[in-house]
Amino acid sequence: MTEIRMKVNGADESLDVEPWASLLDTLRERLGLTGTKKGCDQGACGACTVLADGVRINACLALAVQYDGSEITTIEGVDHPLQEAFIRHDGFQCGYCTPGQICSAIGMLAEHAAGMPSAVGATGLTEDEIRERMSGNLCRCGAYNGILDAIMELR
Amino acid sequence: MRPFAYVRPADVEAAVHAVATEPGAKFLGGGTNLVDLMREGIERPDTVVDVTGLPLDTVDDLPDGGLRIGALVRNSALAADPRVRAHYPMVPQALLAGASPQLRNMATVGGNLLQRTRCPYFYDTASACNKREPGAGCDALGGFNRGHAILGVSESCIAAHPSDMCVALAALDAVVEARSVRGTRRIPIEEFHRLPGDTPQVETALASDELVTAVELPAVPVAARSRYRKVRDRASYAFALVSVAAALEVRDGAVTGVRLALGGVAAKPWRARAAEEALLGGPAGEEAFRRAAEAELASANVRPGNAFKSRLAEATIVATLRELSTEGDAG
Ligand SMILES: Cc1cc2nc3c(=O)[nH]c(=O)nc-3n(C[C@H](O)[C@H](O)[C@H](O)COP(=O)(O)OP(=O)(O)OC[C@H]3O[C@@H](n4cnc5c(N)ncnc54)[C@H](O)[C@@H]3O)c2cc1C
Ligand code: SF4
Ligand code: FES
Ligand code: FES
Repeated sequence: MTEIRMKVNGADESLDVEPWASLLDTLRERLGLTGTKKGCDQGACGACTVLADGVRINACLALAVQYDGSEITTIEGVDHPLQEAFIRHDGFQCGYCTPGQICSAIGMLAEHAAGMPSAVGATGLTEDEIRERMSGNLCRCGAYNGILDAIMELR
Repeated sequence: MRPFAYVRPADVEAAVHAVATEPGAKFLGGGTNLVDLMREGIERPDTVVDVTGLPLDTVDDLPDGGLRIGALVRNSALAADPRVRAHYPMVPQALLAGASPQLRNMATVGGNLLQRTRCPYFYDTASACNKREPGAGCDALGGFNRGHAILGVSESCIAAHPSDMCVALAALDAVVEARSVRGTRRIPIEEFHRLPGDTPQVETALASDELVTAVELPAVPVAARSRYRKVRDRASYAFALVSVAAALEVRDGAVTGVRLALGGVAAKPWRARAAEEALLGGPAGEEAFRRAAEAELASANVRPGNAFKSRLAEATIVATLRELSTEGDAG
């Protein structure tokens, strides 16, 4: 067991974790934050996206021990106009991918504002840019058009 | 996941010591490949040495005009570096064509170099795989091998190297710097990854106790005009079927400088020397591009599932060179 300290959604947490525990399982099973979803557990869907020190990552491939001292934000800690926009634009059906989509979109907007390039290389957040920059989040229900509209409203 | 001990050294000396004294130890970068493989029971280290606390996360200028990229620089940070974007555009293009933004935020340069194949039989512990279990056989040979290699293959293994970044590094003659308790050595990228032969479990020239500390890019003026082009089954977030990293310089209609490397076609990023030779000094045009591409793919050894890759690689080489030869500014 290794003792780690993290600030999760603004609250200081100190917990003993097994080195092989993922950040995703730690958030869900130790801290009861089940908003972050497990889709594939192999980095291929984005359902587990959280913000670590403001940067979007896949919590399923992150070992909790590696995030000792970090500030983690999950959907439970998000209060952002994107949430209303997702409702307005039907940015989801079953909702399973939604916590990851919203955390990812918040990280994406910050990356874009900081000048992070993408494979599209357009100036400004065009539809193509948003699709490419959000390509790490799959939606099994195919709510992509609503997700795109919600983010377009907030860009 | 199988239990392991975890250490997070603060300096390089301590990190190489930790693996030297623990035969079952493995380095951990961003974890995007190792954590996945440990969960699947394919990688089974007794000790995990987390190197993300090491001070190897900067990109520094070299006196000769090249760049020294620390092994812990994240893939996203490297893609955003203004010097890399200006002097080696194929590198950020390759990085941004790979994985997803979340994964690139986690993945390190060292981990990207050492990432293992995505062959589905390698991943499935119920299948026969010489790479996972030497001597067991290779289920890919007569199986689903659409994504597999066509150059430099053997009867032991036809796995392809999955990295996009490494294809650009191969085109640029990058040098990998490795450190162990025995000292520091420099390994040219072409010698870093290995073809399978009859030991597909040996994938790189790196010893198990060697830490990658940096990757050096020499000054390559021709690379200021370069491209990375990736062909895959969906527009984003998919591994390459075939990819091409190319740089081209044309003067008075003749090719005066060229760099060409292929991804998705071999167990290593494939430097296309035969094509480069065919092009250099000759005319820059569709016909010459096609002949050069054919020269490179002449030694292709295909299976029913991946026979299409030969034509696809030729067409992608031609398209990339055409784009570079006709565009005014290839930044
Ligand atoms: C769903 C998915 C899609 C992907 N798509 C692509 C793609 O399209 N293109 C692409 O190129 N890649 C793709 N990747 C792979 C990704 O690029 C790699 O997983 C990543 O680059 C590995 O870096 P890491 O730091 O996370 O490595 P880790 O997982 O931490 O380590 C990987 C290996 O490198 C070793 N290692 C790490 N650092 C060092 C070091 N400094 N010295 C010596 N050994 C070291 C580790 O021991 C381990 O064996 C994808 C991955 C996933 C999960
Ligand atoms: S191609 Fe290589 S990695 Fe894939 S099953 Fe055969 S031996 Fe294993
Ligand atoms: S659960 Fe993490 S990417 Fe799918
Ligand atoms: S809303 Fe159902 S998976 Fe996206």
